[in-house]
Amino acid sequence: MKTKQISVFLENRPGQLSIPCRALAEAGINILTLSLADTQQFGILRLIVKDWQKAVQVLKDAGCVLNVTDVIAIEVPDRPGGMATILEVLERAQLNIEYMYAFTFRRGDKAVVVFRFDELDKAIEVLQTNGINVVGSVELYDMYEN
Amino acid sequence: MASSTAPLKGEGSVTFNPVSALDYLPERKLRELQLARLQSIVARAYERVPLYKERMNKKGVEPKDIHSLSDVQLLPFTEKVDLRDTYPFGLFASPMREVVRLHASSGTTGKPIVVAYNQEDLRVWSSVMARSFAACGVDAGDIVQNAYGYGLFTGGLGAHYGAEAIGATVIPISGGNTDRQIMVMKDFGVTVICCTPSYFLHIMERAQELGIDLKSLPLRVGVFGAEPWTEQMRRHIQEHSGIRAYDIYGLSEIIGPGVGIECEEQAGLHIFEDHFLLEIVDPQTGEVLPDGEEGELVLTTLSKLAMPMIRYRTHDITAIIPEPCACGRTIRRIRRIGRRSDDMFIIRGVNVYPSQVEAALLQVEGTLPHYQIVLTREHGLDQMEVQVEVTPEVFSDKVGALEALHKKLSSAIEHTIGLHVKVRLVEPHSIKRSEGKAKRVIDQRDLTH
Repeated sequence: MKTKQISVFLENRPGQLSIPCRALAEAGINILTLSLADTQQFGILRLIVKDWQKAVQVLKDAGCVLNVTDVIAIEVPDRPGGMATILEVLERAQLNIEYMYAFTFRRGDKAVVVFRFDELDKAIEVLQTNGINVVGSVELYDMYEN
Repeated sequence: MASSTAPLKGEGSVTFNPVSALDYLPERKLRELQLARLQSIVARAYERVPLYKERMNKKGVEPKDIHSLSDVQLLPFTEKVDLRDTYPFGLFASPMREVVRLHASSGTTGKPIVVAYNQEDLRVWSSVMARSFAACGVDAGDIVQNAYGYGLFTGGLGAHYGAEAIGATVIPISGGNTDRQIMVMKDFGVTVICCTPSYFLHIMERAQELGIDLKSLPLRVGVFGAEPWTEQMRRHIQEHSGIRAYDIYGLSEIIGPGVGIECEEQAGLHIFEDHFLLEIVDPQTGEVLPDGEEGELVLTTLSKLAMPMIRYRTHDITAIIPEPCACGRTIRRIRRIGRRSDDMFIIRGVNVYPSQVEAALLQVEGTLPHYQIVLTREHGLDQMEVQVEVTPEVFSDKVGALEALHKKLSSAIEHTIGLHVKVRLVEPHSIKRSEGKAKRVIDQRDLTH
């Protein structure tokens, strides 16, 4: 159910983002989706890639500080209120979302959104019992390739 | 070898090496020896070095006025500037045909300072270095990787001769080329390393990157000096590399490394008092302070013939530890030198020592001490920025966690120095690594306005 996410520390100055991106490009690793969190002080680049073990090595070799965390990808109906319904479920269960961001591709009439929870297992359970589809990583990678 | 004196083993000593006999002289004998040597070295300095004679005449003191050890207080101080002013050979007390070695300090401002040794001085130097190695448990069975720089700097050759004198196997690898250092350490079965503490941190970091666990190597002792370092840094080194890290003290003006060292108790640095007379003075007034009080270390060389130093102001801040050491040595100890009276900088009217910043950073859990202080002047106001490298251990994918770390670092520094400063998290390796003394402070204030 879980998907690996790689996060990379970026110093807040011009050109920093291109270092990890170039390293992945040169290794032929495609980025499925990414998000960039930034503050005045620094930035955090979050990435989902298929071959995450290889990506970790490539990024480390490029001198990046990184970590790997588990996130989940959730199918969200692509219509008004689609996200609100899911958020209500999470709210009822008092699950706190650390952050979220979307994939560029859709599955049929559904968008796919990455969620980061502290209580990941509880989140999966709550979502599934409420009939919300959590996309496994294998499925996710397949989805992307088709 | 260091000494042919009959062993005078002190009570309660655990590790005793014949090399160390003079470390255990009974107090009265030690003071007698010191006084005899002081009288003779003051006479030598007076007779042979114009600067000393002139200064002593001005103070109305002559060598015959030295009747007790405390009479050293009658003598004028010597400052680093005196070595510069008499550059290159003005303070030599031996003719050049007797001088067998010159060393020089890298001068950060203008000319370097030059120091001289004759044969006997080199013998003394080797012996205090041999006693230094013995104090931290090094003996003939050890393989010593000497990563202090060889050359004009006293560190390299000082450690080299001392390690040889004790009978250890010396690898004169000198500083730099970290990958080769690690290869040699591993392949040669090195048990002892000598270098600056900041360079050893660099070695630790590189070894980790190379996937080499220092704990799995025979390396067991580090003899670290030439720059101030903290107790937290020692804990970090010992915990993560599995070695025992000892602080060694010395300065070229006095003899080089081997003025003092920690014993296996790691509770202050024993000064080789039979060769170096110890005083602690108020850095402002020059007044001698009682044992136990913190002040500036002042040293007089008792046996250095080619270049005696009379009451040399070290600018190192420390205190004499009056209590006897558990190791049984009778030579007294000083506290580890955390700061110098002159690496201090003043920012917005507050006196700051880089070691204070380091202590604050280390106090924040999980932070490796790779940092740099940058001083700038913006619109006439001094700004201080502490750049701290982010390590994989403290990095998080959550903005909040990194912001919390940033805040913790800022408040730890603020708490220590009493001043709010800018802290910037930077990428690993973005701070230049030193292979000698770490450059902790970049002062750009003169370039801007």
